[in-house]
Amino acid sequence: MRQIFLISKRELKSFFDSLTAYILIVVFLAFSGFFTWLYGTDIFFIGQASLQPFFAVSYWSIFFFIPSLTMKMIAEEKRNGTLELILTKPITDWQFIFGKFFACLFLILITLAFTLPYYFSVWFLGPVDHGAVFAAYLGTILMSMSLIGIGLFASSVTNNQIVAFLISIFIGVFFVIIFEMLSGNHFGFIGYLLDFLSINSHYNSISRGVIDSRDIIYFFVLTFIGLYLSKINLSKRNL
Amino acid sequence: MDISVSNLTKIYDNQRAIDEISFEVKKGEIVGFLGPNGAGKTTTMKILTCFMLPTFGDVKIGEYSIYENPLEIKRAIGYLPENNPLYSEMNVIDYLNFSAAISGLDEEKLRIIIPEIICNTGLNDEKHKNIFELSKGYKQRVGLAQALIHDPEILILDEPTTGLDPNQIVEIRKLIRELGKHKTVVISSHILSEVEATCDRILIINKGKIVADGTAEMLKCKSHGESIIKLKLLDIQNQDTAYQILRETITNVEFDKTSDSFIISTRDADLVKRNIFNVCANNHWVISELTTVETKLEDIFRELTL
Repeated sequence: MRQIFLISKRELKSFFDSLTAYILIVVFLAFSGFFTWLYGTDIFFIGQASLQPFFAVSYWSIFFFIPSLTMKMIAEEKRNGTLELILTKPITDWQFIFGKFFACLFLILITLAFTLPYYFSVWFLGPVDHGAVFAAYLGTILMSMSLIGIGLFASSVTNNQIVAFLISIFIGVFFVIIFEMLSGNHFGFIGYLLDFLSINSHYNSISRGVIDSRDIIYFFVLTFIGLYLSKINLSKRNL
Repeated sequence: MDISVSNLTKIYDNQRAIDEISFEVKKGEIVGFLGPNGAGKTTTMKILTCFMLPTFGDVKIGEYSIYENPLEIKRAIGYLPENNPLYSEMNVIDYLNFSAAISGLDEEKLRIIIPEIICNTGLNDEKHKNIFELSKGYKQRVGLAQALIHDPEILILDEPTTGLDPNQIVEIRKLIRELGKHKTVVISSHILSEVEATCDRILIINKGKIVADGTAEMLKCKSHGESIIKLKLLDIQNQDTAYQILRETITNVEFDKTSDSFIISTRDADLVKRNIFNVCANNHWVISELTTVETKLEDIFRELTL
Protein backbone atom coordinates (compact mmCIF):
# COMPACT_ATOMS: atom_id res chain seq x y z
CA MET A 1 0.00 0.00 0.00
CA ARG A 2 2.81 2.37 0.92
CA GLN A 3 4.56 1.76 -2.38
CA ILE A 4 1.36 2.51 -4.33
CA PHE A 5 0.94 5.68 -2.34
CA LEU A 6 4.54 6.77 -2.97
CA ILE A 7 4.27 6.19 -6.71
CA SER A 8 0.95 8.02 -6.88
CA LYS A 9 2.33 10.91 -4.90
CA ARG A 10 5.33 11.27 -7.16
CA GLU A 11 3.18 11.04 -10.25
CA LEU A 12 0.68 13.55 -8.96
CA LYS A 13 3.45 15.93 -8.02
CA SER A 14 4.88 15.66 -11.51
CA PHE A 15 1.45 16.60 -12.91
CA PHE A 16 1.52 19.76 -10.85
CA ASP A 17 5.21 20.48 -11.48
CA SER A 18 4.79 20.19 -15.20
CA LEU A 19 1.68 22.44 -15.26
CA THR A 20 -0.35 19.59 -16.77
CA ALA A 21 -2.61 19.55 -13.76
CA TYR A 22 -3.24 23.32 -13.77
CA ILE A 23 -3.94 23.37 -17.48
CA LEU A 24 -6.29 20.43 -17.14
CA ILE A 25 -8.19 21.95 -14.24
CA VAL A 26 -8.46 25.42 -15.77
CA VAL A 27 -9.46 24.20 -19.21
CA PHE A 28 -11.93 21.72 -17.79
CA LEU A 29 -13.58 24.33 -15.57
CA ALA A 30 -13.62 26.96 -18.32
CA PHE A 31 -15.07 24.56 -20.82
CA SER A 32 -17.71 23.02 -18.61
CA GLY A 33 -18.52 26.35 -16.94
CA PHE A 34 -19.06 28.04 -20.28
CA PHE A 35 -21.51 25.45 -21.54
CA THR A 36 -23.20 25.03 -18.18
CA TRP A 37 -23.86 28.66 -17.44
CA LEU A 38 -23.35 30.81 -20.50
CA TYR A 39 -23.93 29.22 -23.84
CA GLY A 40 -26.13 26.75 -25.73
CA THR A 41 -28.50 24.61 -23.76
CA ASP A 42 -27.27 26.00 -20.49
CA ILE A 43 -29.03 25.88 -17.15
CA PHE A 44 -30.91 29.13 -17.67
CA PHE A 45 -32.08 28.00 -21.09
CA ILE A 46 -33.48 24.76 -19.67
CA GLY A 47 -34.94 26.57 -16.69
CA GLN A 48 -34.52 23.61 -14.35
CA ALA A 49 -32.33 23.24 -11.28
CA SER A 50 -30.38 20.42 -12.88
CA LEU A 51 -26.70 19.81 -13.53
CA GLN A 52 -27.45 17.75 -16.65
CA PRO A 53 -25.80 20.29 -19.02
CA PHE A 54 -22.64 20.21 -16.94
CA PHE A 55 -22.36 16.42 -16.94
CA ALA A 56 -22.99 16.28 -20.68
CA VAL A 57 -20.01 18.56 -21.28
CA SER A 58 -17.77 16.98 -18.68
CA TYR A 59 -18.41 13.55 -20.19
CA TRP A 60 -16.74 14.62 -23.43
CA SER A 61 -14.05 16.73 -21.81
CA ILE A 62 -12.97 13.79 -19.68
CA PHE A 63 -13.00 11.53 -22.70
CA PHE A 64 -10.24 13.70 -24.22
CA PHE A 65 -8.44 14.68 -21.05
CA ILE A 66 -7.75 11.25 -19.66
CA PRO A 67 -5.75 9.99 -22.65
CA SER A 68 -3.64 13.13 -22.46
CA LEU A 69 -2.87 12.32 -18.82
CA THR A 70 -2.26 8.62 -19.25
CA MET A 71 -0.34 8.75 -22.53
CA LYS A 72 3.00 9.50 -20.90
CA MET A 73 2.60 7.35 -17.83
CA ILE A 74 4.23 4.15 -19.02
CA ALA A 75 5.38 5.17 -22.51
CA GLU A 76 7.66 7.90 -21.20
CA GLU A 77 9.15 5.68 -18.53
CA LYS A 78 9.93 3.10 -21.17
CA ARG A 79 11.52 5.66 -23.46
CA ASN A 80 13.66 7.30 -20.78
CA GLY A 81 14.71 4.03 -19.20
CA THR A 82 13.27 5.09 -15.85
CA LEU A 83 11.07 2.00 -16.03
CA GLU A 84 14.17 -0.04 -15.34
CA LEU A 85 15.05 2.25 -12.49
CA ILE A 86 11.67 2.09 -10.80
CA LEU A 87 11.03 -1.62 -11.35
CA THR A 88 14.35 -2.53 -9.75
CA LYS A 89 13.16 -0.82 -6.57
CA PRO A 90 11.26 -3.13 -4.22
CA ILE A 91 7.87 -2.82 -5.92
CA THR A 92 5.77 -5.22 -7.93
CA ASP A 93 4.38 -4.54 -11.38
CA TRP A 94 0.88 -4.29 -9.90
CA GLN A 95 1.96 -1.67 -7.38
CA PHE A 96 3.51 0.31 -10.21
CA ILE A 97 0.34 0.18 -12.30
CA PHE A 98 -1.99 0.93 -9.41
CA GLY A 99 0.24 3.83 -8.40
CA LYS A 100 -0.17 5.33 -11.85
CA PHE A 101 -3.89 4.58 -11.87
CA PHE A 102 -4.61 6.26 -8.55
CA ALA A 103 -2.49 9.31 -9.42
CA CYS A 104 -4.61 9.87 -12.48
CA LEU A 105 -7.87 9.13 -10.70
CA PHE A 106 -6.96 11.48 -7.90
CA LEU A 107 -6.28 14.30 -10.34
CA ILE A 108 -9.73 13.74 -11.86
CA LEU A 109 -11.24 13.79 -8.36
CA ILE A 110 -9.51 17.10 -7.61
CA THR A 111 -10.80 18.52 -10.88
CA LEU A 112 -14.33 17.35 -10.13
CA ALA A 113 -14.10 18.75 -6.62
CA PHE A 114 -13.63 22.19 -8.15
CA THR A 115 -17.01 21.81 -9.84
CA LEU A 116 -18.84 21.38 -6.53
CA PRO A 117 -19.60 25.15 -6.47
CA TYR A 118 -21.74 24.55 -9.57
CA TYR A 119 -23.79 22.14 -7.54
CA PHE A 120 -24.18 24.56 -4.62
CA SER A 121 -25.09 27.38 -7.01
CA VAL A 122 -27.80 25.31 -8.63
CA TRP A 123 -29.01 24.23 -5.21
CA PHE A 124 -29.26 27.92 -4.31
CA LEU A 125 -31.24 28.64 -7.48
CA GLY A 126 -33.87 25.95 -7.08
CA PRO A 127 -34.86 22.50 -5.82
CA VAL A 128 -32.11 20.26 -7.15
CA ASP A 129 -32.37 16.48 -7.23
CA HIS A 130 -29.48 15.62 -4.88
CA GLY A 131 -29.62 11.92 -5.63
CA ALA A 132 -29.31 12.49 -9.36
CA VAL A 133 -26.34 14.83 -8.92
CA PHE A 134 -24.60 12.35 -6.65
CA ALA A 135 -25.28 9.53 -9.10
CA ALA A 136 -23.98 11.58 -12.01
CA TYR A 137 -20.77 12.36 -10.13
CA LEU A 138 -20.42 8.67 -9.36
CA GLY A 139 -21.02 7.81 -13.00
CA THR A 140 -18.39 10.30 -14.11
CA ILE A 141 -15.86 8.87 -11.68
CA LEU A 142 -16.58 5.31 -12.74
CA MET A 143 -16.30 6.25 -16.39
CA SER A 144 -13.00 8.01 -15.66
CA MET A 145 -11.68 4.86 -14.02
CA SER A 146 -12.44 2.81 -17.11
CA LEU A 147 -10.88 5.39 -19.41
CA ILE A 148 -7.76 5.50 -17.24
CA GLY A 149 -7.55 1.71 -17.51
CA ILE A 150 -7.77 1.96 -21.29
CA GLY A 151 -5.28 4.84 -21.33
CA LEU A 152 -2.73 2.97 -19.24
CA PHE A 153 -3.05 -0.02 -21.51
CA ALA A 154 -2.45 2.20 -24.56
CA SER A 155 0.56 3.74 -22.86
CA SER A 156 2.02 0.33 -22.08
CA VAL A 157 1.83 -0.78 -25.71
CA THR A 158 4.27 1.75 -27.10
CA ASN A 159 7.06 4.05 -26.01
CA ASN A 160 5.72 6.94 -28.06
CA GLN A 161 3.33 9.24 -26.21
CA ILE A 162 1.47 10.42 -29.30
CA VAL A 163 0.86 6.86 -30.40
CA ALA A 164 -0.35 6.06 -26.89
CA PHE A 165 -2.77 9.01 -27.03
CA LEU A 166 -4.16 7.96 -30.39
CA ILE A 167 -4.55 4.32 -29.40
CA SER A 168 -6.32 5.37 -26.25
CA ILE A 169 -8.73 7.65 -28.15
CA PHE A 170 -9.27 4.95 -30.75
CA ILE A 171 -10.23 2.32 -28.18
CA GLY A 172 -12.24 4.87 -26.23
CA VAL A 173 -14.28 5.85 -29.28
CA PHE A 174 -15.51 2.27 -29.59
CA PHE A 175 -16.72 2.19 -26.02
CA VAL A 176 -18.14 5.68 -25.99
CA ILE A 177 -19.72 5.99 -29.44
CA ILE A 178 -19.37 3.10 -31.84
CA PHE A 179 -20.79 0.25 -29.74
CA GLU A 180 -23.82 2.32 -28.94
CA MET A 181 -24.33 3.34 -32.55
CA LEU A 182 -24.04 -0.24 -33.77
CA SER A 183 -26.37 -1.53 -31.10
CA GLY A 184 -29.11 0.60 -32.67
CA ASN A 185 -28.71 -1.32 -35.93
CA HIS A 186 -28.84 -4.80 -34.42
CA PHE A 187 -31.55 -6.69 -32.68
CA GLY A 188 -31.47 -9.62 -30.33
CA PHE A 189 -28.36 -10.81 -28.59
CA ILE A 190 -25.83 -8.84 -30.68
CA GLY A 191 -27.76 -5.64 -30.11
CA TYR A 192 -27.89 -6.36 -26.40
CA LEU A 193 -24.22 -7.22 -26.27
CA LEU A 194 -23.16 -4.05 -28.09
CA ASP A 195 -25.38 -1.99 -25.86
CA PHE A 196 -23.93 -3.73 -22.83
CA LEU A 197 -20.36 -2.97 -23.96
CA SER A 198 -21.05 0.73 -24.45
CA ILE A 199 -19.79 3.02 -21.70
CA ASN A 200 -22.45 5.50 -22.69
CA SER A 201 -25.43 3.31 -21.89
CA HIS A 202 -24.10 2.43 -18.44
CA TYR A 203 -23.14 6.03 -17.77
CA ASN A 204 -26.61 7.22 -18.78
CA SER A 205 -28.34 4.71 -16.59
CA ILE A 206 -26.26 5.73 -13.56
CA SER A 207 -26.54 9.45 -14.19
CA ARG A 208 -30.32 9.14 -14.38
CA GLY A 209 -30.03 8.26 -10.73
CA VAL A 210 -30.39 4.50 -10.97
CA ILE A 211 -27.38 2.98 -9.30
CA ASP A 212 -27.50 -0.58 -10.55
CA SER A 213 -24.83 -3.05 -9.45
CA ARG A 214 -24.55 -4.31 -13.05
CA ASP A 215 -23.38 -0.87 -14.20
CA ILE A 216 -20.91 -0.57 -11.37
CA ILE A 217 -19.53 -4.04 -12.00
CA TYR A 218 -19.25 -3.20 -15.71
CA PHE A 219 -17.04 -0.18 -15.01
CA PHE A 220 -14.91 -2.05 -12.52
CA VAL A 221 -14.42 -4.98 -14.89
CA LEU A 222 -13.51 -2.66 -17.77
CA THR A 223 -11.01 -0.87 -15.53
CA PHE A 224 -9.54 -4.13 -14.36
CA ILE A 225 -9.17 -5.44 -17.91
CA GLY A 226 -7.31 -2.27 -18.89
CA LEU A 227 -4.98 -2.52 -15.91
CA TYR A 228 -4.50 -6.25 -16.34
CA LEU A 229 -3.53 -5.85 -19.99
CA SER A 230 -1.07 -3.11 -19.01
CA LYS A 231 0.43 -5.47 -16.47
CA ILE A 232 0.77 -8.15 -19.15
CA ASN A 233 2.48 -5.67 -21.45
CA LEU A 234 4.87 -4.72 -18.68
CA SER A 235 5.70 -8.36 -17.98
CA LYS A 236 6.55 -8.88 -21.64
CA ARG A 237 10.06 -7.71 -20.80
CA ASN A 238 10.47 -11.12 -19.12
CA LEU A 239 9.96 -13.06 -22.34
CA MET B 1 25.60 -11.37 0.54
CA ASP B 2 26.97 -13.64 -2.15
CA ILE B 3 25.74 -13.78 -5.70
CA SER B 4 25.54 -17.15 -7.35
CA VAL B 5 24.57 -17.43 -10.99
CA SER B 6 24.00 -20.80 -12.59
CA ASN B 7 23.35 -21.62 -16.24
CA LEU B 8 21.79 -18.27 -16.90
CA THR B 9 20.39 -17.94 -20.41
CA LYS B 10 18.37 -15.21 -22.02
CA ILE B 11 17.03 -15.55 -25.53
CA TYR B 12 15.62 -12.53 -27.37
CA ASP B 13 13.83 -13.53 -30.58
CA ASN B 14 16.13 -16.44 -31.44
CA GLN B 15 19.22 -14.51 -30.40
CA ARG B 16 21.06 -15.76 -27.36
CA ALA B 17 21.98 -12.62 -25.46
CA ILE B 18 23.57 -14.66 -22.73
CA ASP B 19 24.30 -18.32 -23.05
CA GLU B 20 24.46 -20.56 -19.99
CA ILE B 21 26.76 -18.43 -17.92
CA SER B 22 27.65 -19.38 -14.37
CA PHE B 23 29.75 -17.51 -11.86
CA GLU B 24 29.89 -16.56 -8.22
CA VAL B 25 30.68 -13.34 -6.46
CA LYS B 26 31.62 -13.40 -2.80
CA LYS B 27 30.88 -10.76 -0.25
CA GLY B 28 33.41 -7.93 -0.20
CA GLU B 29 34.52 -8.63 -3.74
CA ILE B 30 34.55 -6.07 -6.55
CA VAL B 31 33.93 -7.84 -9.80
CA GLY B 32 34.32 -6.19 -13.19
CA PHE B 33 32.16 -7.32 -16.03
CA LEU B 34 34.05 -6.74 -19.20
CA GLY B 35 33.06 -7.27 -22.77
CA PRO B 36 32.59 -5.61 -26.14
CA ASN B 37 29.30 -3.91 -26.96
CA GLY B 38 26.42 -6.34 -27.16
CA ALA B 39 28.25 -9.05 -25.25
CA GLY B 40 25.45 -9.50 -22.71
CA LYS B 41 26.73 -7.42 -19.80
CA THR B 42 23.63 -5.28 -19.42
CA THR B 43 21.29 -8.22 -19.92
CA THR B 44 23.02 -10.08 -17.10
CA MET B 45 22.72 -7.06 -14.85
CA LYS B 46 19.04 -6.62 -15.67
CA ILE B 47 18.46 -10.20 -14.59
CA LEU B 48 20.54 -9.85 -11.42
CA THR B 49 18.47 -6.84 -10.40
CA CYS B 50 15.17 -8.66 -11.07
CA PHE B 51 14.16 -6.25 -13.82
CA MET B 52 13.51 -9.21 -16.06
CA LEU B 53 13.50 -12.96 -15.84
CA PRO B 54 15.96 -15.19 -17.64
CA THR B 55 14.75 -17.72 -20.22
CA PHE B 56 16.23 -20.34 -17.95
CA GLY B 57 18.86 -20.66 -15.27
CA ASP B 58 18.84 -19.29 -11.77
CA VAL B 59 20.34 -16.48 -9.76
CA LYS B 60 20.65 -16.78 -6.00
CA ILE B 61 21.48 -13.72 -3.99
CA GLY B 62 22.26 -14.75 -0.46
CA GLU B 63 19.37 -17.05 0.40
CA TYR B 64 17.02 -15.50 -2.11
CA SER B 65 16.12 -16.67 -5.57
CA ILE B 66 15.05 -14.27 -8.32
CA TYR B 67 11.96 -16.38 -8.94
CA GLU B 68 10.66 -16.56 -5.40
CA ASN B 69 11.93 -13.49 -3.58
CA PRO B 70 12.34 -10.67 -6.09
CA LEU B 71 11.30 -8.03 -3.55
CA GLU B 72 13.90 -9.09 -0.99
CA ILE B 73 16.55 -9.09 -3.68
CA LYS B 74 15.52 -5.66 -4.92
CA ARG B 75 15.75 -4.38 -1.36
CA ALA B 76 19.29 -5.72 -1.00
CA ILE B 77 20.53 -4.28 -4.28
CA GLY B 78 21.52 -0.77 -5.27
CA TYR B 79 21.43 -0.44 -9.03
CA LEU B 80 22.73 2.18 -11.40
CA PRO B 81 21.27 1.28 -14.80
CA GLU B 82 22.99 1.92 -18.10
CA ASN B 83 22.78 5.56 -19.27
CA ASN B 84 21.67 6.56 -15.77
CA PRO B 85 17.94 7.17 -16.25
CA LEU B 86 16.44 9.65 -13.78
CA TYR B 87 13.13 11.42 -13.27
CA SER B 88 14.60 14.59 -14.67
CA GLU B 89 11.68 16.89 -13.85
CA MET B 90 12.18 16.30 -10.12
CA ASN B 91 14.64 18.22 -8.01
CA VAL B 92 17.55 16.42 -6.41
CA ILE B 93 16.23 16.33 -2.85
CA ASP B 94 12.73 15.24 -3.85
CA TYR B 95 14.16 12.57 -6.05
CA LEU B 96 16.44 11.17 -3.37
CA ASN B 97 13.59 11.28 -0.89
CA PHE B 98 11.43 9.32 -3.28
CA SER B 99 14.15 6.76 -3.97
CA ALA B 100 14.81 6.27 -0.29
CA ALA B 101 11.15 6.00 0.65
CA ILE B 102 10.37 3.52 -2.09
CA SER B 103 13.37 1.44 -1.04
CA GLY B 104 11.68 1.09 2.31
CA LEU B 105 13.33 3.69 4.55
CA ASP B 106 11.03 5.35 7.06
CA GLU B 107 10.62 9.09 7.66
CA GLU B 108 13.01 9.19 10.58
CA LYS B 109 15.86 7.53 8.73
CA LEU B 110 15.21 9.71 5.70
CA ARG B 111 15.90 12.84 7.66
CA ILE B 112 19.32 11.53 8.71
CA ILE B 113 20.39 9.78 5.56
CA ILE B 114 19.49 12.34 2.87
CA PRO B 115 21.83 15.14 4.03
CA GLU B 116 24.53 12.55 4.59
CA ILE B 117 24.33 11.08 1.11
CA ILE B 118 24.12 14.55 -0.46
CA CYS B 119 27.39 15.48 1.24
CA ASN B 120 29.10 12.20 0.44
CA THR B 121 28.34 12.47 -3.26
CA GLY B 122 29.23 16.15 -3.44
CA LEU B 123 25.75 17.30 -4.43
CA ASN B 124 25.38 19.96 -1.77
CA ASP B 125 25.50 22.96 -4.10
CA GLU B 126 23.08 21.42 -6.58
CA LYS B 127 20.54 19.91 -4.23
CA HIS B 128 17.74 22.35 -5.02
CA LYS B 129 18.14 22.16 -8.78
CA ASN B 130 15.96 20.10 -11.04
CA ILE B 131 17.78 17.07 -12.33
CA PHE B 132 17.50 18.12 -15.99
CA GLU B 133 19.49 21.27 -15.15
CA LEU B 134 22.48 19.30 -13.88
CA SER B 135 25.60 18.51 -15.87
CA LYS B 136 26.28 14.94 -16.81
CA GLY B 137 28.75 14.41 -14.00
CA TYR B 138 26.29 15.62 -11.39
CA LYS B 139 23.53 13.49 -12.87
CA GLN B 140 25.84 10.52 -12.51
CA ARG B 141 26.32 11.43 -8.86
CA VAL B 142 22.56 11.56 -8.37
CA GLY B 143 22.36 8.13 -10.00
CA LEU B 144 24.98 6.81 -7.61
CA ALA B 145 23.31 8.48 -4.66
CA GLN B 146 19.99 6.79 -5.42
CA ALA B 147 21.74 3.44 -5.70
CA LEU B 148 23.51 3.91 -2.37
CA ILE B 149 20.75 5.56 -0.41
CA HIS B 150 19.30 2.50 1.30
CA ASP B 151 22.76 1.18 2.16
CA PRO B 152 22.40 -1.95 0.04
CA GLU B 153 24.57 -4.99 0.57
CA ILE B 154 25.07 -5.41 -3.14
CA LEU B 155 25.88 -2.71 -5.65
CA ILE B 156 25.39 -3.24 -9.34
CA LEU B 157 26.71 -0.43 -11.49
CA ASP B 158 26.34 -0.51 -15.25
CA GLU B 159 29.12 1.59 -16.76
CA PRO B 160 29.37 3.97 -13.81
CA THR B 161 31.98 6.33 -15.25
CA THR B 162 30.72 7.01 -18.77
CA GLY B 163 30.61 10.70 -19.50
CA LEU B 164 32.62 11.80 -16.50
CA ASP B 165 35.75 13.93 -16.67
CA PRO B 166 39.07 12.40 -15.55
CA ASN B 167 38.90 13.93 -12.05
CA GLN B 168 35.41 12.60 -11.50
CA ILE B 169 36.44 9.19 -12.79
CA VAL B 170 39.21 9.04 -10.22
CA GLU B 171 36.76 10.09 -7.50
CA ILE B 172 34.17 7.52 -8.47
CA ARG B 173 36.79 4.78 -8.61
CA LYS B 174 37.93 5.73 -5.15
CA LEU B 175 34.35 5.63 -3.95
CA ILE B 176 33.78 2.21 -5.48
CA ARG B 177 36.97 0.88 -3.89
CA GLU B 178 35.82 2.28 -0.55
CA LEU B 179 32.36 0.73 -0.89
CA GLY B 180 33.84 -2.57 -1.99
CA LYS B 181 35.36 -3.10 1.43
CA HIS B 182 32.09 -4.17 2.97
CA LYS B 183 29.76 -4.62 0.04
CA THR B 184 29.56 -6.89 -2.93
CA VAL B 185 30.10 -4.79 -6.03
CA VAL B 186 29.56 -5.72 -9.65
CA ILE B 187 30.48 -3.12 -12.25
CA SER B 188 30.39 -3.40 -15.99
CA SER B 189 32.57 -1.56 -18.41
CA HIS B 190 34.23 -1.78 -21.73
CA ILE B 191 37.09 0.39 -20.53
CA LEU B 192 39.86 -1.96 -19.51
CA SER B 193 41.96 0.41 -17.46
CA GLU B 194 38.94 1.17 -15.33
CA VAL B 195 38.26 -2.45 -14.52
CA GLU B 196 41.92 -3.03 -13.86
CA ALA B 197 42.03 -0.06 -11.49
CA THR B 198 38.98 -0.90 -9.42
CA CYS B 199 38.23 -4.60 -9.54
CA ASP B 200 39.51 -7.53 -7.56
CA ARG B 201 38.33 -9.92 -10.19
CA ILE B 202 37.48 -9.66 -13.86
CA LEU B 203 34.92 -11.59 -15.84
CA ILE B 204 35.31 -11.22 -19.57
CA ILE B 205 32.14 -11.98 -21.43
CA ASN B 206 31.80 -12.28 -25.17
CA LYS B 207 28.81 -13.24 -27.31
CA GLY B 208 26.94 -14.28 -24.21
CA LYS B 209 29.60 -16.57 -22.79
CA ILE B 210 32.19 -16.08 -20.09
CA VAL B 211 35.56 -16.39 -21.75
CA ALA B 212 37.81 -15.51 -18.83
CA ASP B 213 37.51 -15.26 -15.07
CA GLY B 214 40.22 -14.20 -12.66
CA THR B 215 42.31 -11.34 -11.32
CA ALA B 216 44.02 -9.04 -13.79
CA GLU B 217 47.35 -10.72 -12.97
CA MET B 218 45.97 -14.20 -13.41
CA LEU B 219 44.50 -13.32 -16.76
CA LYS B 220 47.78 -11.86 -17.90
CA CYS B 221 49.65 -14.99 -16.92
CA LYS B 222 47.10 -17.24 -18.49
CA SER B 223 47.00 -15.49 -21.81
CA HIS B 224 50.58 -16.25 -22.73
CA GLY B 225 52.13 -17.88 -19.75
CA GLU B 226 55.31 -16.09 -20.68
CA SER B 227 56.79 -12.70 -20.08
CA ILE B 228 58.84 -10.58 -22.38
CA ILE B 229 62.13 -9.13 -21.21
CA LYS B 230 63.74 -6.15 -22.86
CA LEU B 231 67.50 -5.87 -22.50
CA LYS B 232 69.82 -3.02 -23.47
CA LEU B 233 73.56 -3.37 -23.20
CA LEU B 234 76.49 -0.94 -23.21
CA ASP B 235 80.14 -1.64 -23.97
CA ILE B 236 79.51 -4.38 -26.49
CA GLN B 237 81.90 -4.35 -29.43
CA ASN B 238 79.62 -5.94 -31.95
CA GLN B 239 75.92 -6.63 -31.89
CA ASP B 240 76.19 -9.88 -33.79
CA THR B 241 78.82 -11.41 -31.51
CA ALA B 242 76.89 -10.30 -28.45
CA TYR B 243 73.80 -11.89 -29.95
CA GLN B 244 75.71 -15.12 -30.54
CA ILE B 245 77.06 -15.16 -26.98
CA LEU B 246 73.64 -14.51 -25.49
CA ARG B 247 72.11 -17.29 -27.55
CA GLU B 248 74.52 -19.77 -26.07
CA THR B 249 72.90 -19.52 -22.64
CA ILE B 250 69.46 -18.06 -23.35
CA THR B 251 66.91 -19.36 -25.78
CA ASN B 252 64.40 -17.17 -27.62
CA VAL B 253 66.54 -14.08 -27.97
CA GLU B 254 65.89 -11.63 -30.75
CA PHE B 255 67.51 -8.36 -31.62
CA ASP B 256 65.16 -5.49 -32.20
CA LYS B 257 66.82 -2.88 -34.39
CA THR B 258 64.31 -0.11 -33.86
CA SER B 259 64.79 0.02 -30.10
CA ASP B 260 68.39 -1.18 -30.32
CA SER B 261 67.73 -3.83 -27.68
CA PHE B 262 67.41 -7.55 -27.21
CA ILE B 263 63.94 -9.04 -26.71
CA ILE B 264 63.77 -12.27 -24.75
CA SER B 265 60.59 -14.22 -24.22
CA THR B 266 60.53 -16.79 -21.45
CA ARG B 267 58.39 -18.69 -19.00
CA ASP B 268 60.82 -18.28 -16.13
CA ALA B 269 61.78 -14.62 -16.00
CA ASP B 270 63.88 -14.86 -12.85
CA LEU B 271 66.15 -17.59 -14.19
CA VAL B 272 66.69 -15.69 -17.40
CA LYS B 273 67.53 -12.52 -15.52
CA ARG B 274 70.18 -14.40 -13.54
CA ASN B 275 71.63 -15.84 -16.72
CA ILE B 276 71.71 -12.42 -18.32
CA PHE B 277 73.54 -11.02 -15.36
CA ASN B 278 76.14 -13.81 -15.44
CA VAL B 279 76.76 -13.50 -19.16
CA CYS B 280 77.11 -9.75 -18.90
CA ALA B 281 79.44 -10.01 -15.93
CA ASN B 282 81.67 -12.52 -17.70
CA ASN B 283 81.92 -10.34 -20.79
CA HIS B 284 82.17 -7.05 -18.89
CA TRP B 285 79.06 -5.63 -20.48
CA VAL B 286 77.03 -3.00 -18.74
CA ILE B 287 73.31 -3.54 -18.46
CA SER B 288 71.69 -0.20 -19.16
CA GLU B 289 68.13 -1.48 -19.25
CA LEU B 290 66.46 -4.66 -18.13
CA THR B 291 62.68 -4.51 -18.04
CA THR B 292 59.87 -6.99 -18.09
CA VAL B 293 57.39 -5.87 -20.69
CA GLU B 294 53.95 -6.69 -19.32
CA THR B 295 51.28 -8.21 -21.44
CA LYS B 296 48.50 -5.69 -21.46
CA LEU B 297 44.95 -6.43 -20.54
CA GLU B 298 44.02 -4.90 -23.89
CA ASP B 299 45.88 -7.68 -25.67
CA ILE B 300 44.14 -10.37 -23.65
CA PHE B 301 40.82 -8.74 -24.30
CA ARG B 302 41.43 -8.61 -28.02
CA GLU B 303 42.69 -12.15 -28.02
CA LEU B 304 39.61 -13.44 -26.23
CA THR B 305 36.90 -11.44 -27.89
CA LEU B 306 37.95 -11.16 -31.52
